[in-house]
Amino acid sequence: MAKKIQVIDDVTIRFAGDSGDGMQLTGSQFTDTVAAMGNDLSTLPDFPAEIRAPAGSLAGVSGFQLHFSSSDIQTPGDAPDVLVAMNPAALKVNLKDLKPGGTIIVNTGSFDTKNLRLANYSTNPLEDDSLSNYNVIPVDLTKLTMTTLEDLTLSNKEKEKCKNFFALGILYWMYNRPLDVTMKWLESKFAKKPEIMEANKRVLQAGYNYGDTTEIFTTRYDVKPAQLPKGIYRNVSGNEAVALGFITASLKSGLNLFLGSYPITPASEILQELSRYKNYGVITFQAEDEIAGIASAIGAAFAGNLAITTTSGPGLSLKLESIGLAVMTELPIVIVDVQRGGPSTGLPTKTEQADLLQAMFGRHGEAPVVILAAQSPADCFHCAYEASKIALEHMVPVILLTDGYLAFGSEPLNIPKFDELKEIKVNFVTNPEGYHPYSRDENFVRPWAIPGTPGLEHRIGGLEKKDVYGNISYEPDNHQIMVNNRLNKVLKVADFIPNVEVDGDTEGELVVVSWGSTFGAVKEAIRNVREDGKKVSHVHLRHMNPFPKNLGEVISKFKNILVPELNLGQLSLLLRNQFKCDVIQFNKVKGQPFKVSEIENKINEVLGGNNGN
Amino acid sequence: METKIDNLTTQVKYTAKDFASDVDVKWCPGCGDYSILAQVQRSSPEFGELRENIVWVSGIGCSSRFPYYMNTYGFHGIHGRAAAIATGVKLANPKLQVWVATGDGDMLSIGGNHFIHACRKNVNLKIVLFNNKIYGLTKGQYSPTSEKGKVTKSSPYGTVDWPFNPIKIAAGAGATFVARAMDRDPKHLQEMITRAAKHNGLAFVEVLQNCPIFNDGAFFHLTEKESRPDNVVYLEHGKPLVFGANQDKGIKLDGLDPVVINLNDGVHSINDVWVHDEHDSNPTREFILSRFTDVEGLPTPVGVIRQYNKPTYDGDYHHQIQDLISKKGKGTYEKLMFNANTWEVK
Ligand code: SF4
Repeated sequence: MAKKIQVIDDVTIRFAGDSGDGMQLTGSQFTDTVAAMGNDLSTLPDFPAEIRAPAGSLAGVSGFQLHFSSSDIQTPGDAPDVLVAMNPAALKVNLKDLKPGGTIIVNTGSFDTKNLRLANYSTNPLEDDSLSNYNVIPVDLTKLTMTTLEDLTLSNKEKEKCKNFFALGILYWMYNRPLDVTMKWLESKFAKKPEIMEANKRVLQAGYNYGDTTEIFTTRYDVKPAQLPKGIYRNVSGNEAVALGFITASLKSGLNLFLGSYPITPASEILQELSRYKNYGVITFQAEDEIAGIASAIGAAFAGNLAITTTSGPGLSLKLESIGLAVMTELPIVIVDVQRGGPSTGLPTKTEQADLLQAMFGRHGEAPVVILAAQSPADCFHCAYEASKIALEHMVPVILLTDGYLAFGSEPLNIPKFDELKEIKVNFVTNPEGYHPYSRDENFVRPWAIPGTPGLEHRIGGLEKKDVYGNISYEPDNHQIMVNNRLNKVLKVADFIPNVEVDGDTEGELVVVSWGSTFGAVKEAIRNVREDGKKVSHVHLRHMNPFPKNLGEVISKFKNILVPELNLGQLSLLLRNQFKCDVIQFNKVKGQPFKVSEIENKINEVLGGNNGN
Repeated sequence: METKIDNLTTQVKYTAKDFASDVDVKWCPGCGDYSILAQVQRSSPEFGELRENIVWVSGIGCSSRFPYYMNTYGFHGIHGRAAAIATGVKLANPKLQVWVATGDGDMLSIGGNHFIHACRKNVNLKIVLFNNKIYGLTKGQYSPTSEKGKVTKSSPYGTVDWPFNPIKIAAGAGATFVARAMDRDPKHLQEMITRAAKHNGLAFVEVLQNCPIFNDGAFFHLTEKESRPDNVVYLEHGKPLVFGANQDKGIKLDGLDPVVINLNDGVHSINDVWVHDEHDSNPTREFILSRFTDVEGLPTPVGVIRQYNKPTYDGDYHHQIQDLISKKGKGTYEKLMFNANTWEVK
């Protein structure tokens, strides 16, 4: 039977199942395949809240959402078009997010009494009419998989484990994607387990054929390649991109990379990722606690490494005193805070942007630092690189803010050419002539003299230093001078960062000022609102301290300034304070990113009164 | 001061003065820290290290001012974190000889975690703990080594907590060189410092230090001429544990219990006395020695309690790096970024 192919612009698919169902793997295989086809994409996993939740339970549901498109996209999609539900719990947890009329591919084989009970279903939703508003495609994935593998000698358990690849095969057929990327992956992954490789390959192909031959599926879809800027791309998650950015900065600066870190959700992947790169001279010191993580990094910076520490909110709190020490000793370190829901242990696996003020002010004394915030998973690469560059060239601690949403989300990174990356200039002093530890250049930067250099033996530490000479000093005027110096050094960084660009008109009714990971949702929302003929401009901040020099001027040209944030108004507070401007806050703290539609509605609401719409 | 370098293989000829910085030393008059500083400066020429390769790291407390007075690289850290900072220095550049100057509050209270983990990992650091059994810089509160019942500014009715025994902790946590010395025995202190410098691995030296202001005389029974012989036993490798003004007392091991015997009682002889084996592969005797100070009637052992070798953390770490570089080749940007599923947009 010839089935028609319908070309669509974009689609959002969510794979959901039990933690043991291999949903992350299924999702990442689909991702690699659409990436290889040249689509733009954005993904977001949703891990179960409990690591040891019982199989089949609501708490044990694991999900992976993928948005891919023939045009440029910024978010993993508000609501999936397609939900693949491997069991009743997965259906229960994810149904509310599905688009009205969306497609549900459901594994009927798992809808037995026990699983229905675990998912708190009193009746089988496949048998009542509760799903009548959706396009439900029931497939007994379990049985079909077992039948496909009948003649293999694997155990039943091993066979059943392949069922996610049956679902993947169906999806590849539905979206007209080739199987070869996944086939190749299976070949290398299971090179030493040929039977498992064979089983998965067979099941994948069987799923594909199933779509092709059965009557259930009538339409296939095609999403054409996106027109992305030229270049070589790879898919990266935010945490992975942070790691790559630092190694790149290490290669560019010629300094070894030192990471002092203590495992913490959702930042541990950076430690894990970096620990794989020892042949790049990367040292990952898994410290005894958060404080040792940063203290060791400060020691490594003193000794001349590119030193970093990675953590999340609770860890940043523990590191604050040490950040003050890095401010005082004027050593270059980068502190990465992958923000999560707080306070206290809060929502470890959920995202939030509520550490901005902690990064800005969370120290005793006047202790300014530079703060950057990444806007997307791929931007994490550039931010880690830039944070390293600023730290090394300005002898200053830099805090890089990402968050749980960026950490685990993924998108294509246009891999920069090494030569096109900005230079990172590091000048270790070697000449004892006229050397003073706290002399400064025109940018208030002190010289970096590292142990091992003859004739430059000197002592630094947390006590106030005599200007220029660096000996301990309690003189009143000197303290004032040094406090000013440390502030001026941070402010001076503004000369080295780009001005903000306005997306849209440079004056008008409304500008949306966003920062960090809300970039994608805000950008898509603005695009949608403009399609309705409305005028709204967008300014996105990646440099949180100091702000880009033109920011105040830029936003002063608008009647309304809307600031959406995943906190209770932290950037709003900084903007009001610095620019004496009036801002409209739009805040959300649900542990989840903004939906495009939420921002859209808010923009419409703000414009509504003024446009008479 | 000018230093003369003969060449890089033979040693530079330093004198103690080469290790004195130009900063005025500001401990209280009579403080035991002066002696420790002097002995370290006197020993430093013996280390066989170029001055620029020596780094002193400290935390907070009277003892932690130490790096300012040494004409080496120095880092005065924050309270408790010296071992962690020093670990970073050493890992970043394993060619450096990294020392930690710390106190009983700094290292055993707020910095306890870093201390035990540095010992556990056998990071090649030299930790000199100035134990005065009191908080000096904050003016006289009890410390984690203050004896139970001690009356201080923050314990007017006497403390009710049991003290830490620094030697026991270092030994228990896996330090590979554990020694005790006293501020008022300069020659012996110099010897312990030099031996720590030469040890490859975590060297821990507890220095019993007098704080004349807040805990004067805490160790006088050990350090003063009249009482020292009866209260201190000097440990020397291969020598029997003999002490007393007339060298007439010895320690005998009765099973696992150390007992004091009289060598002149006609019953016991030198052959009964425990012979010190610094390099004992079994830590049992190290623990027995560490307990001497907790047991009424036993002398305080000073000297090297145990020294043994095992691979160091920083050594193994850099071996692993070198190993991987020779196996995989030194990493490059091309390998880093393009050894993945990439695709090209033309
Ligand atoms: S308070 Fe005690 S330990 Fe501190 S400097 Fe004075 S005498 Fe020395």
